[in-house]
Amino acid sequence: MTDISRFINIGERTNVAGSLKFKKLIVDEDYDAALEIARQQVENGAQIIDINMDDAMLDAETAMVKFINLIAAEPDIARVPIMVDSSKWNVIESGLKCLQGKGIVNSISLKEGEEPFIAQAKKLRRYGAAVVVMAFDEKGQADTVDRKFEICKRSYDVLVQKVGFPPEDIIFDPNIFAVATGIEEHDNYAVDFIEACKLIKAHLPYAKISGGVSNVSFSFRGNNPVREAMHSVFLYYAVKAGLDMGIVNAGQLVVYEEIPAELRERVEDVILNRRPDATDRLLEVAEKYKGTGGPEKKADLEWRKKPVNERLAHALVNGIAEFVEEDTEEARQQADKPLHVIEGPLMDGMNIVGDLFGAGKMFLPQVVKSARVMKKAVAYLIPFIEDEKDGVRESNGKILLATVKGDVHDIGKNIVGVVLQCNNFEVLDLGVMVPTQKIIETAKAEKVDMIGLSGLITPSLEEMTYVAAEMEREGLDIPLLIGGATTSKVHTAVKIAPNYNKSVVYVIDASRAVGVASQLVSETHRERFTTEIRNEYLAMAEKHAAQQLQKKRFAIADARANKVQLDWDAYDVPAPAKPGITVFEDFDLEELVARFDWKPFFETWELHGRFPDILKDEVVGETARGLYDDAQAMLKRIVAEKWFKPKAVVGIWPANSVGDDIEVTPAPDQNEPVMLRTLRQQMFRENNKRPNRALADYIAPKDSGKTDYIGGFVVTAGPEVEQIASKLEAEHDDYNSILVKALGDRFAEAFAERMHEKVRKELWAYAADENLGNDELIAEGYRGIRPAPGYPACPEHTEKRTLWSLLNAVENVGVSLTESCAMTPASSVSGFYFAHPEAKYFGLGKIERDQVESYAERKGMTLAEAERWLASNLNYDPRQA
Amino acid sequence: MNDRKERVALLRKRAEEKILILDGAMGTMIQKHKLTEEDYRGERFADWKQDVKGNNDLLSLTRPDIIKDIHLQYIAAGADLQGTNTFSATTIAQADYGMEELAYEINFESAKIARQACDEWEAAHPGDVRFVNGAIGPTNRTASISPDVNNPGYRAITFDQLKDAYKEAANGLLDGGADTLLVETIFDTLNAKAALFAIDEVLEERGEDVPVLISGTITDASGRTLSGQTTEAFYNSVRHAKPFSIGLNCALGAAQLRPYVQELSRIAECRVSVYPNAGLPNEFGEYDQSDAEMAALVKEWAETGMVNLLGGCCGTTPPHIKAIADAVANANPRSLPKIEPRMRLSGLEPFDAA
Repeated sequence: MTDISRFINIGERTNVAGSLKFKKLIVDEDYDAALEIARQQVENGAQIIDINMDDAMLDAETAMVKFINLIAAEPDIARVPIMVDSSKWNVIESGLKCLQGKGIVNSISLKEGEEPFIAQAKKLRRYGAAVVVMAFDEKGQADTVDRKFEICKRSYDVLVQKVGFPPEDIIFDPNIFAVATGIEEHDNYAVDFIEACKLIKAHLPYAKISGGVSNVSFSFRGNNPVREAMHSVFLYYAVKAGLDMGIVNAGQLVVYEEIPAELRERVEDVILNRRPDATDRLLEVAEKYKGTGGPEKKADLEWRKKPVNERLAHALVNGIAEFVEEDTEEARQQADKPLHVIEGPLMDGMNIVGDLFGAGKMFLPQVVKSARVMKKAVAYLIPFIEDEKDGVRESNGKILLATVKGDVHDIGKNIVGVVLQCNNFEVLDLGVMVPTQKIIETAKAEKVDMIGLSGLITPSLEEMTYVAAEMEREGLDIPLLIGGATTSKVHTAVKIAPNYNKSVVYVIDASRAVGVASQLVSETHRERFTTEIRNEYLAMAEKHAAQQLQKKRFAIADARANKVQLDWDAYDVPAPAKPGITVFEDFDLEELVARFDWKPFFETWELHGRFPDILKDEVVGETARGLYDDAQAMLKRIVAEKWFKPKAVVGIWPANSVGDDIEVTPAPDQNEPVMLRTLRQQMFRENNKRPNRALADYIAPKDSGKTDYIGGFVVTAGPEVEQIASKLEAEHDDYNSILVKALGDRFAEAFAERMHEKVRKELWAYAADENLGNDELIAEGYRGIRPAPGYPACPEHTEKRTLWSLLNAVENVGVSLTESCAMTPASSVSGFYFAHPEAKYFGLGKIERDQVESYAERKGMTLAEAERWLASNLNYDPRQA
Repeated sequence: MNDRKERVALLRKRAEEKILILDGAMGTMIQKHKLTEEDYRGERFADWKQDVKGNNDLLSLTRPDIIKDIHLQYIAAGADLQGTNTFSATTIAQADYGMEELAYEINFESAKIARQACDEWEAAHPGDVRFVNGAIGPTNRTASISPDVNNPGYRAITFDQLKDAYKEAANGLLDGGADTLLVETIFDTLNAKAALFAIDEVLEERGEDVPVLISGTITDASGRTLSGQTTEAFYNSVRHAKPFSIGLNCALGAAQLRPYVQELSRIAECRVSVYPNAGLPNEFGEYDQSDAEMAALVKEWAETGMVNLLGGCCGTTPPHIKAIADAVANANPRSLPKIEPRMRLSGLEPFDAA
């Protein structure tokens, strides 16, 4: 789950200040039509609806009461909470007196001082409402990050300490102002907001943050495509910084990913205030995009010229239902069977939607719109599919599907439903947020053959466990299928299955659902299938319980025979653009900061979780945010004041493998080769299905007749890291001392990543055209590896000594090795470069005495010495001769 | 024990030690007396302008002996908390009988009768303190539902009218000696919110801190209140009052209530109470679930740690309460879960801004 998928959407259409149409309806007292607008908002995914009647033409109090009372009679609108929005206190109070649910008041502030603020807050507590607090005080509205945070902090303290207001019911609105106005003082407004969000999240526990997003683009009135791009970009960063909710017309948000690259870059420059000429540069291109994007972009039908499959994908990603039937028809005519249209192009399109949503680049309402397009296409195909079956409709089985209580995500479940229906299962879809009792009662009453549960958010895992336990308690005996983004086989096996003594099956995706369901209803296969699954899960659970199981090993000769087989004849060895040694000094710090991988940083502090999700983690989020803020503050100083002077040395040399060793020729004039020794996996491989790897396998063997290359590197953030850390420690500032070291490590890691890129693109230049973002770099989505001595693929540390001599590392970058082969300064990273496209990271695992003996001999060590260096990899006890 | 503060402290302590027992139906017990119009009127209202038979709360003024006797029966059965005979004792509900003026007096006298019953018991059984639970009913009007199907925006009662009526009731109950206040049989949460608003104001004005018990009514198998809220949405709407307990009563029997009790047990930060009807009405409109049947059902809740307070609503009698009290005497009360604070909003359905 990403931050953005948690963003709460507040419907803004029922606001007379924001919608002329709505205002006209209220002034004309056409309340039926006004209710329709509210209904549409909820249908379109608004999770809360904002109601505002503040207008000179209206008696706001009367209109507010009347409209809220009318909504109470419309269950499909009244199901969501209401935000009572007014600048007049009497209107707010009258609105609250009509709400049986718990709503939100928008807004109060310190504008008139503490006394009225306290009196109002006290009443709100008594009415039982959450409240939006504007960053506004006696001096005016807050514009800078300091003022924003200062006012929010003061408001928070007054509310929590003097009023006893629950902090979780406070929502700050730290004022979103227009940027790109041409006035220099406004340039940083978006950044101010984003930074204020971070401070609020870090220092004001449980408080939420909201904002009127459309303000930010005010200076581009009349140019909706640019405005929408600005909204998407702003949200992308603000949500990451902690913005929880916003008044947004969700139907009019472009997908971040779909913003043209040029426009996105310039918008990002403006939003993030990245360059002084950002506004001018956005203006330069703004006109070009005017009338090209956005919902009014009827004219932009360029995508209609694409092939039908791409058109369907475009329609699904952008939620455009207009042409879907004709496109579906066209696809149907091209397909052998109507079902293939669903399984092919439509599912492909939904997979893109799923990926973008997962990556936080699409918003929930947009996904809902995509699903709607999908449903329309499927509905169109159903009659054709039924015809295919010659009117015989005998169901394969009856399946109850439900997204569990507390979860609203049903795309996956709906796709499963569609696929199952298409495969002749009768699907009983109970929808989302389905309570356990309803699932069980319906399953009993409808005599279904199995139950399928879905969920996307993590708490749903717990809920599924509970459903399973209740099924057991109620004596059900039908199979239970588990699916959804956060579910997993191991969770199913370890947490869910033990609660229900019958069949529990994890279904990884929609494409597997049919297979699983078919097996479960099959008279002939069911028994075997369920037994197999149960045994598999039992085994998995046991394995989970007892991780370390002794395993059967290969003799080293057998392992070597099962080496990685690469076709060296077909391999075109890339010759390095710059062979030999290259040294980099005083590398640009800012360039490295951009490449930080934060996850290990938090792990350093024993905060485990994905970044940036960890900042919002229920348990450690607050701590993580505080830490992150401190780190950012220090980083700014490190960069601005040039605390560190990173250095790197990189070498690329001719090399060939000889058995498990790599023979390196350090310099053309040097005849004596240097030998690198690698170790080989010895785990038992059934039928040799997977190889027993050694790093030497990725270098062309000498007998191939080809000269290959290997690289090596040492990078360091520099000795300054430890100098500053000791100074801080001397000042008893342990926290910042650890912090600077942790950041030093990040610099070193980022530097290693950056150097690897430089090697791939410039020095070795086997991937000169590579173009990857930081996330892809962190995910190692490139060709080649850089294993480090001491890490799983080559756990024996003394190989570093060979590397050091090859690189002359002590002299070149000032990094030396201790007697245990630890690098000093510590904020350093070293490793080898392998360029073969098949080269991958692996873990050596446990090895046997036969290999250790061989290794010791090759290294010129005694057996005891080798055993000491390889202690944690031995699959035997060296003391037992 | 004469001081409310001391009694409240004792009640809180007892709630940690055992499942507290609420009493059973008042109306069912009154029915057994087969009272006539004259009984209801008594001497004081002999010439009242309209019929008053059925105004059970009036009996606190005209037949206090009967009401006290019912309290004593429930006390003997083991009820820790005695609900006052005030289900309809608001100006709004009493308007049916033209008796708006008597609302305060009925609350005051009813609390006093229950107080006397508890005190008499304590005098006879030293150390065995029982508590007066000041009952505040829903009134017969709904603040968020229109009685006119052709005019859905119309309301027969406003929040402010309800609030004023509830303030008077709460003051009467507290002046008469109630130890706790019980906002019960809630079928429209907006009415309850007005009551809770009123109670908060009254307690602030009096400078007192009195436990508030909240009990809603799920009207049918849809799992919703009459005004359309789910159990969790209902809880979200009232949890700001920081109640002593949240629970369900009336409309359904224990068997039908189970899923909603379980739901509350999972979501509530405070104690959970239930006082179901004695099953569902039979074809004659009578409740005929036996004491043993009912006790068996609620015993399972107690054993699975779902509840803190148990009692009975329509159709239940002192034998039911005794059976329940005996069945759960050794069970541990539900321990209060530690729930991370988060914004918990609601419309008809809950919305968690986690």
